[in-house]
Amino acid sequence: MAFDILAELPKLLWLVIAVAAFLAVFGVLLLAVDGGPRTRYDWWQAACFLAPAGILLLTGLVYPVIRTTVLSFHGPGGDTWVGWGNYVWMFTRPEILLVLRNTFLWVIFAPILATATGLVYSVLVDRSRYESIAKSLLFMPMAISFVGASIIWKFVYAFRPANADQIGLLNQLLVWAGGEPRQWLLEGPLNTLLLIVVLIWIQAGFAMVILSAAIKAIPAEIVEAARIDGVNGWQQFWRITLPSIWPTVTVVLITISVQTLKIFDIVRTMTGGQFGTSVIANEMYSQAFRYGQLGHGSALAVFMFLLVIPLVLIQIRNARRTREAQSL
Amino acid sequence: MVRPIRPSHGAVVTATSLSLALLATGCDYLSGTGGTSAGRDGAGCEPFAEWADVEGGTVDIYASIRDEEGERMQRAWHDFAECTGINIRYEGSGEFEAQVQVKVDGGNAPDIAFFPQPGLLSRFVESGDALPLPDSVAKRAQEGYPEDWLQYVEHDGKLYGTPLGANVKSFVWYSPGFFEKNGYEIPQTWDDLITLSDTMADDGVKPWCAGIESGEATGWPVTDWLENVMLREHGPEVYDQWIDHEIPFDDPKVTQALDRVGDILRNPDYVNGGHGGVKSIATTSSQVGGLPILDEKCGMYLMGSFYAAQWPEGTEIAEDGDVFAFNLPTIDEEIGTPVLGGGEFAAAFSDRPEVVAVQEYLATADYANNRAQEGAWFSAHKDLDLDALDNPNDRFAAELLRDPDTVFRWDGGDYMPAAVGSGTFWRAMTNWINGSDTEDVLSYVEQSWPKS
Repeated sequence: MAFDILAELPKLLWLVIAVAAFLAVFGVLLLAVDGGPRTRYDWWQAACFLAPAGILLLTGLVYPVIRTTVLSFHGPGGDTWVGWGNYVWMFTRPEILLVLRNTFLWVIFAPILATATGLVYSVLVDRSRYESIAKSLLFMPMAISFVGASIIWKFVYAFRPANADQIGLLNQLLVWAGGEPRQWLLEGPLNTLLLIVVLIWIQAGFAMVILSAAIKAIPAEIVEAARIDGVNGWQQFWRITLPSIWPTVTVVLITISVQTLKIFDIVRTMTGGQFGTSVIANEMYSQAFRYGQLGHGSALAVFMFLLVIPLVLIQIRNARRTREAQSL
Repeated sequence: MVRPIRPSHGAVVTATSLSLALLATGCDYLSGTGGTSAGRDGAGCEPFAEWADVEGGTVDIYASIRDEEGERMQRAWHDFAECTGINIRYEGSGEFEAQVQVKVDGGNAPDIAFFPQPGLLSRFVESGDALPLPDSVAKRAQEGYPEDWLQYVEHDGKLYGTPLGANVKSFVWYSPGFFEKNGYEIPQTWDDLITLSDTMADDGVKPWCAGIESGEATGWPVTDWLENVMLREHGPEVYDQWIDHEIPFDDPKVTQALDRVGDILRNPDYVNGGHGGVKSIATTSSQVGGLPILDEKCGMYLMGSFYAAQWPEGTEIAEDGDVFAFNLPTIDEEIGTPVLGGGEFAAAFSDRPEVVAVQEYLATADYANNRAQEGAWFSAHKDLDLDALDNPNDRFAAELLRDPDTVFRWDGGDYMPAAVGSGTFWRAMTNWINGSDTEDVLSYVEQSWPKS
């Protein structure tokens, strides 16, 4: 289809209007700052500049959290009070307990395996001849969206009957090894683990890049001193490398954990939550938007929020400790 | 302390007023580009004379119909829009079911939405967002469509939607050539069907193929199986009680019906031609499920009339062609063969004159015929011109729907609360194909039925 400038004119105008509106808001803000009181001018200036961010945070974050929490104590339409009913539902229905179990599997396996893969890889390729190529190879999946990666892996796990040509890599390998093709995504809990592999495939690159940088930042004196003391590779890894980069490892672990808790795309694309693979975020979306069960969806959202809080607290505590260490 | 830097006053004023001026002129321009009434009195506009005094305006329509189908639909109402000067803005979305709720809750409801699920529409009727049909529209709906259809959008004596397209979900696809070559007859009773299946199995062909994989909707074709058998085994009255939850979802009658489905779908001698064993049903896409019929790797495939679009290009769909369909045979002579089907209902969220005009037009035989001429479509409209249907299969289905003796029932899954109809029902049937116990899966659905 040809690009018709006249047909697209309204859209372009909207674009101009949006930019103009942004500038106008900014201009008004600057004017307000400019016209502020002479006394305590810096206080006034801070208030003016913080206000937009503050208002956006209140309306976009604080208010939805409160409203979701309130909704989680209400019925499907959000108008009848049901007390703890939705939470009782969540912890008594077998299919929701399965969802919680799956999320638990994800949070246990995905961050640890992704970080471990990234760590081992970065130690192995560190200072080798082909380091940059090797690192780009592992990093590349990071550039693929979750949905794209899920479609790729869906092909890897694809199933064709034993007498037909296999189109799935995994089943083809199995057939070459003399086995019968299997329907990988059908049997729990193996299917959840196979979905976790997709996340590891994407996130290992992230872990590798961060950890590799941390390894390179280990002071050369320490490594040299250890060498002179006669450590072998194994000891060097456990006694020198790992303790030196431990703060970075926890940051990577927590970042991937938070990502894992809210995992949605992979499950939705690969199985749609069928065959017992659903996770909290997927179930929350289905309950609230597909089934019209706002209460159930909100309760799941609140539960997920509660699970993320400790991770965020650890992250903040770590950041504070690092800052204190630096200021000493 | 650092002294804050103050921007120059003059520059700020200029920048602000310039952008404000730009904002104002831009908005002026956009509001000036409303609907044009060109072509209003042009030739070919006679059929639309009754809407001549509608003032134009814009009507937003939101639906799940996309791509080729969506374009055909827009072509069907193009003349109407040209002549009346009503600008119809259509948006088709693959996420319709979830997004229409978001739009309505966000105060951004479309003027008209096409609902494939009467159950979803009921949600908006209960919340008071969907409006009852104005008398002029209701009258057309009642004249054009059978009561079997309208009952699904009737709440407290008022109609809330007009039927649009239709489909028939009691079809069993087969290959006429393959049947003729082997001397197979189209079965007239369920017993015939089982005998035929056994004969095929003895001849070394898997009699049935099936595929239920459809992303998060995986499992829905089995719900069609169960509903068809419920209708044929226990009759429309019991079926209505079942989908209205007047009898429990796991009533012994339902168990009996699902076991009957299991005689076919969970029978390793019968399935799954061309795809593998029983469990391969769960991972075979519903779109490719029936294709082995063309390679004579399976004999029959139960799937809606819309499956006509899935056959590869060049496949002749006709009674003496490559593929055709028969109505799933009767189980109980007294009940006969009720037709299970679906379609869409057009419901409105506003009542501006131009919206009412569009609603009126969508309920006419003129629209139905226009749409049918674009191809691959039929409806239950009584005055639909059957000769306009290019596809013998569509014609067969439309004739079936029009027959006064036909008992029609809407796909129950689309009628039940969404938590069941598009949630646990699908999941349960998927688990059932995977080997779960019949009574377990039915009581699982019963447990999940929302308590209101």
